[in-house]
Amino acid sequence: MIEIANVSKIFTGRGAPFTALDDVSVTIRENEFFTLLGPSGCGKTTLLRVIAGFIDPTHGAVKLEGQDLVKLPPYRRPVNTVFQSYALFPHMTVAQNIAFGLEMLDKPSAEIKATVDQMLELVRMTPMADRKTSEISGGQQQRVALARALAPRPKVLLLDEPLSALDFKLRKDMQLELKRLQSETGITFVFVTHDQEEALTMSDRIAVMNAGDIRQIGGPRDIYDHPAERFVADFIGDTNFLEVELLATEGETARIRLPSGVETEVRAPRDGVAPGPVTLAVRPEHASLSGGDGAALPGTLANVVYFGTDTHFHVDLDGGARFVLRQQNQPGTAQGWSVGDAVTVTLAPGVGQVLRD
Amino acid sequence: MAKGFDIRRQTGFATIAMACFVILYLPIVLLVVYSFNAGTSVAIWEGFSWRWYVSAWDNDQVQAATVRSLVIAFWATLIATTCAVLAALATTRQGSFRGYTLIFAMINQPLMVPEIVTAVALLIFFAMIKVATGYTGLFYLIIAHSAFCLPFAYMPIRARLQGMDLSLEHAAMDLYGTPWRVFRRVTLPQLWPGILAGAMLAFVISLDDVVITEFVKSAGQDTLPTYMLGQLRRVVTPEVNAISTALLAISVVMVMGFFFLSRTKK
Ligand SMILES: Nc1ncnc2c1ncn2[C@@H]1O[C@H](COP(=O)(O)OP(=O)(O)OP(=O)(O)O)[C@@H](O)[C@H]1O
Ligand SMILES: [Mg+2]
Repeated sequence: MIEIANVSKIFTGRGAPFTALDDVSVTIRENEFFTLLGPSGCGKTTLLRVIAGFIDPTHGAVKLEGQDLVKLPPYRRPVNTVFQSYALFPHMTVAQNIAFGLEMLDKPSAEIKATVDQMLELVRMTPMADRKTSEISGGQQQRVALARALAPRPKVLLLDEPLSALDFKLRKDMQLELKRLQSETGITFVFVTHDQEEALTMSDRIAVMNAGDIRQIGGPRDIYDHPAERFVADFIGDTNFLEVELLATEGETARIRLPSGVETEVRAPRDGVAPGPVTLAVRPEHASLSGGDGAALPGTLANVVYFGTDTHFHVDLDGGARFVLRQQNQPGTAQGWSVGDAVTVTLAPGVGQVLRD
Repeated sequence: MAKGFDIRRQTGFATIAMACFVILYLPIVLLVVYSFNAGTSVAIWEGFSWRWYVSAWDNDQVQAATVRSLVIAFWATLIATTCAVLAALATTRQGSFRGYTLIFAMINQPLMVPEIVTAVALLIFFAMIKVATGYTGLFYLIIAHSAFCLPFAYMPIRARLQGMDLSLEHAAMDLYGTPWRVFRRVTLPQLWPGILAGAMLAFVISLDDVVITEFVKSAGQDTLPTYMLGQLRRVVTPEVNAISTALLAISVVMVMGFFFLSRTKK
């Protein structure tokens, strides 16, 4: 639905030119909750602004349903934005804010009124319709910003870290609310966040960005279980990195030799990697201390950290690397290891992902 | 921690401050007081009376000069403020562009070029036009006043614009507002205090100008300040005090309005 093809943005200010977007290509599907995830300064806002029309890309094309957007000014693009700062009009009431887009589209006033009422209902702000925007709380402002952007029924809604200013509890509520709104309205959401948990819980697909580039695109499970490269594995969740030797790949499976000399099978990177030294990523909860089937990595237990729902075991592997495991706590049973014990980390077959770099 | 340099703790600070205030305000206080003098002297107090206000009010020349002053100030304010709004928009909403500093300096030129130079230049320039066209109306004064009022109107408007959140205008544009409608519905409503403040300042500046007016005016085009200047060359009566006090009152109200407006937040 939105096709972003080879978009680059090079800022040429007073200083040296700065490449904020470096040949970004992505297709966002109809009715999708699509998330741009990445560390601060990676170009998420810049990409959003390119779609909204506030920044002209240096190269590349942005198309919406086949129509080229780049030549259109922001006010001709059927795309609305929820700004990070909300940017509510301070001289208007809640209802007037929500009506603004419809008025600019010259809708008949009866229709405007009906839509505004409906939007107020949708974000549960009906009792506050006539308040000034300075007289409502941060969470309410956020909902008004959302309603204002949704009211003209855009084809795409762009949301720039709309939840980052909210406290934890409200953020959880709003996450559910956003998901509800997205499925009720059927509008495509392009959502920017640097909170990986938020991205994993809300998105249909995630694009992980770094330094002006999209590093990986995929569903939350895909990104989490099969990170393509070290940056993605590191940025999303916790990961152990092991230096191993790749012996051969066959389809989705890679045969590797662990530092302990044991050979095992793990997942191969999608785009193929030549045999030789590679990095293996293993999630802390995917390995086990309790033995069982799989490749064994002997070591010494260096630290045990209790987290309530689970316990983290820090193991110094023979050979020097540090490996962190996470095991869920069961009621009543104590963990059977203490610091200084010789333990064995076991990787079940198929656990672990060979990274592309 | 050391307190650092505090000017208020220096010896003689209080004395100097007091001296400054006395020098600044005592003459004005005396001027106001003597405007109520019953006698004809501006130096010897002979009792309270409104007579000089009455006499000023009844003076045809004063009336004509007052009307002229107000007409000029009104049009000059209107023109200068309109130009100032456009100039402020162009210098705050376009990003930086080549020649920005030059434009900025040119807008503020009346603040930097000595007034007498502007006055002489305008005198010569307008004289040429007067010869060419034969027109000798108030228009010259209005244009001259508009020009030197411009930076005074420009400054508060620009300050207001710079303090305004650009994302509001982006949001309005994002919601299908064309540039003109964005300006009218979002920028202008928030800019009003700045515009009013600029207009008031321009009005006061126009009202009390002497130098440029003196040079540019044709015969019989006295404004209130130039009329007073003319009076001083002959006999000085407290009538001048009365007019000054009235002007002072207007200015104080305007300037207070200006401070009040520039303080109000969006
Ligand atoms: N107008 C500009 N001129 C020069 N550089 C810019 C400009 N706007 C953004 N940048 C740079 O481009 C990079 C990307 O900026 P962007 O705002 O897209 O980051 P972001 O991913 O949204 O970060 P955050 O999570 O902090 O909001 C940053 O390094 C920023 O400094
Ligand atoms: Mg950003």
